[in-house]
Formats: sequence, C-alpha cells, structure tokens
Amino acid sequence: MKKSIKVYLWLLATNLFISAFTFGGGYVVVPMVRRFFVAKKHYFTEEDLINMAAIAQSTPGAIAINLSALAGYKVAGITGAFISCFAAVIPPLVILTVISAFYKIFVSNRIIAAILKGMEAGVAALMVDLIIDMCSIILKRKSFFLSAMIPMAFIANFIMGIHVALILFFCCFLCILQVFYNKKKGK
Amino acid sequence: MWKLFTTFLKIGLLSIGGGYGIIPLIQEQVVEKNNWISRKMFTDIITISQMTPGPLAVNTSTFVGLQIGGMIGALAATIGCILWGVIISLALYKFFQMHQKSDYVLEVLKGLKSASLGLILSAAATILLLALYGSNKPELDFLSLNWTALFLFLALLFVLKKWKMSPVFIMFVSGIAGFIFYR
Repeated sequence: MKKSIKVYLWLLATNLFISAFTFGGGYVVVPMVRRFFVAKKHYFTEEDLINMAAIAQSTPGAIAINLSALAGYKVAGITGAFISCFAAVIPPLVILTVISAFYKIFVSNRIIAAILKGMEAGVAALMVDLIIDMCSIILKRKSFFLSAMIPMAFIANFIMGIHVALILFFCCFLCILQVFYNKKKGK
Repeated sequence: MWKLFTTFLKIGLLSIGGGYGIIPLIQEQVVEKNNWISRKMFTDIITISQMTPGPLAVNTSTFVGLQIGGMIGALAATIGCILWGVIISLALYKFFQMHQKSDYVLEVLKGLKSASLGLILSAAATILLLALYGSNKPELDFLSLNWTALFLFLALLFVLKKWKMSPVFIMFVSGIAGFIFYR
C-alpha cells in the first residue's frame, strides 16, 4: 500500500510538472512523457509510447490530456489515469485564472513574446528529435506499407490540409483492406 | 452552469485531432451560438493559449467558465471538455489490449502509429516554419529566414541527440535564448 501511494504521488507531481511546461501544443507532451515515464522510470517502452500517442491522437479531445490519462492508467490503473488527468488540468486552470485578471497587459508584453519566440525553436527541436527516434522504430519493421504511411499522412495533412480525423479514418480503412487482401492471398 | 458543462462536453467530443483545427468549432459554440464571450475576447484567448502551457480547448474552457460562473464554472467547463477524450482513449486502449491476437486490430494499430507519426511530423513542420519565418504559410526564401532561430534549433537538436537532455532543460534554454536575442 505504501508503495502505491508513492506511485500516485509521483504521477501527480510528474504530470503537474509536464503540464506546466507544455508550451507550444499538445505534442510536446510526447517527448516529456518519454523522458519521465520511459527513460527515467522504465514504466513502459518506447513501443508502448507510440501506441499510446497513436490512440491519444485518434480519439477526441486534447492529445496532452489523453496521453497523460493513458500513461497514468498504464502505471497505476484507473486511479492513476484519474490522478494524471487531474494533475494535467490544474496548471493551465490556475495559470489562466491568474492571467484572465490582467490579460491585456500580458498579451502586449514584449519580454514574454521574446521568450515564447525562443521556445518555438526549442519545441521544434524536441519534436524533430522524437520523430527521428520513433521513425527508426517503425522503419526497423521493414514494412513498405507502414513506412509509406508516415510520409503519406504528412503530405495529406501538411501540404494538402486534409482533416486529421479523415486521415486517421482512411488509414484504418487501408489497414483492414491490407489484412483482408493478405488473408485471401494466404489461403 | 449545466449548459456550460454540456456545451464543452460537445466540444470535447467533436474535437478530434486537437490543435488549431478545432478553433472554428469552439468559436461557433462559445461566441456565435451562446454569446458567452465576444469575438475579440476569443481572439485574445487564442493568443494567450499560445503563450501559456496547456491545450487550447482546456484554456478556452477555463476562460469562458470563469467569465460565466467563476471558479466552479471553469471547473465544470474543463471537466466537460476532457471527459469524452479520456474515456474514449482508455476504452480504445483496453480494446486494443484485449484483442491483441486479432490481425485486423493489430494492423490497424500499426497503421495508426505510422499515420500519427506523420501527423506529428506535420505539426513539427508547422512549428518549425513558425519559428524560422514567423508565419506558417511563408514565402520560402533566404531573406526572410530567421537565422538566429535556425541556429538555435540546430544547436538544441544537436544537444538533444548527443546528451539526451531533459525536455524541460531545452525549454528553459530556448526561452532564455529568446529573451536574449529577440528582446
């Protein structure tokens, strides 16, 4: 029992911490979770992390919150998921409450704008680092179908501007088709 | 208050993919349909969301909830906003775990992994363009390229690859660099 309380407290603290530093969109949570849950504590593997990220993204709602919930669930069940969500929501809630009182001053502050501009480069570096590692995991499978899916989804979203939900739906459809085809061929 | 909760429940359910794609959806519900906040205020919320940690949907729900029902309103809106996503994520995760032996489920999960990596790549490209050119639909030329940002990006990436630094450290360093170079 004592150990599980320790785990809960760790989840609470870690998610509070992660959430407070998630500038620049929900995706930054993925390298954060990787750092604390995978590299430091070995609660799960990189493979699990991509699974969770894929699920967090394919379901409605904020990716950051969904991923926190999944990570918490993996470590400590439903209670863990609940604690993680709670901890992930508190920092933005508190910060926004404070800022809403004097947001006019905040929006036009040049120093804050400069710091945030610098952080854009940091976020980009974090994400590219993550993508390189994750891609190498998928490319190792040597499946043309799965490897081709990465640039395809990228082009569809970034260049053609197709909606995320549509891309994910089409991807599921292709996968099912592929299994169906392979099964027929195997018979 | 109940209306607040159910509206954000709806927003949470419909906002697949997250990020800036869901801005029109939130705007429609909060500004046009319910007249909870003005259009100008909504634009300000988006700006603030970019400047503070946390997902846009959660930030908006906090802000709108505060305007309407104080702290309790903020809580109601935020919980409504995240409830569906968390429940569906957990259910889907359990579903994939239970049906690990099915070829279809396994392949779909593999496909989703690849596709979502492509989507993360797309988000990364957007942020990188924003950092280097100051807009996400830039004219790609050398003149408007922000060399400081490019150098910072490459240096941070090198540090990350070489020493596996903590993401929080990277955020700190890039924030301080921004303070020094862009002030």
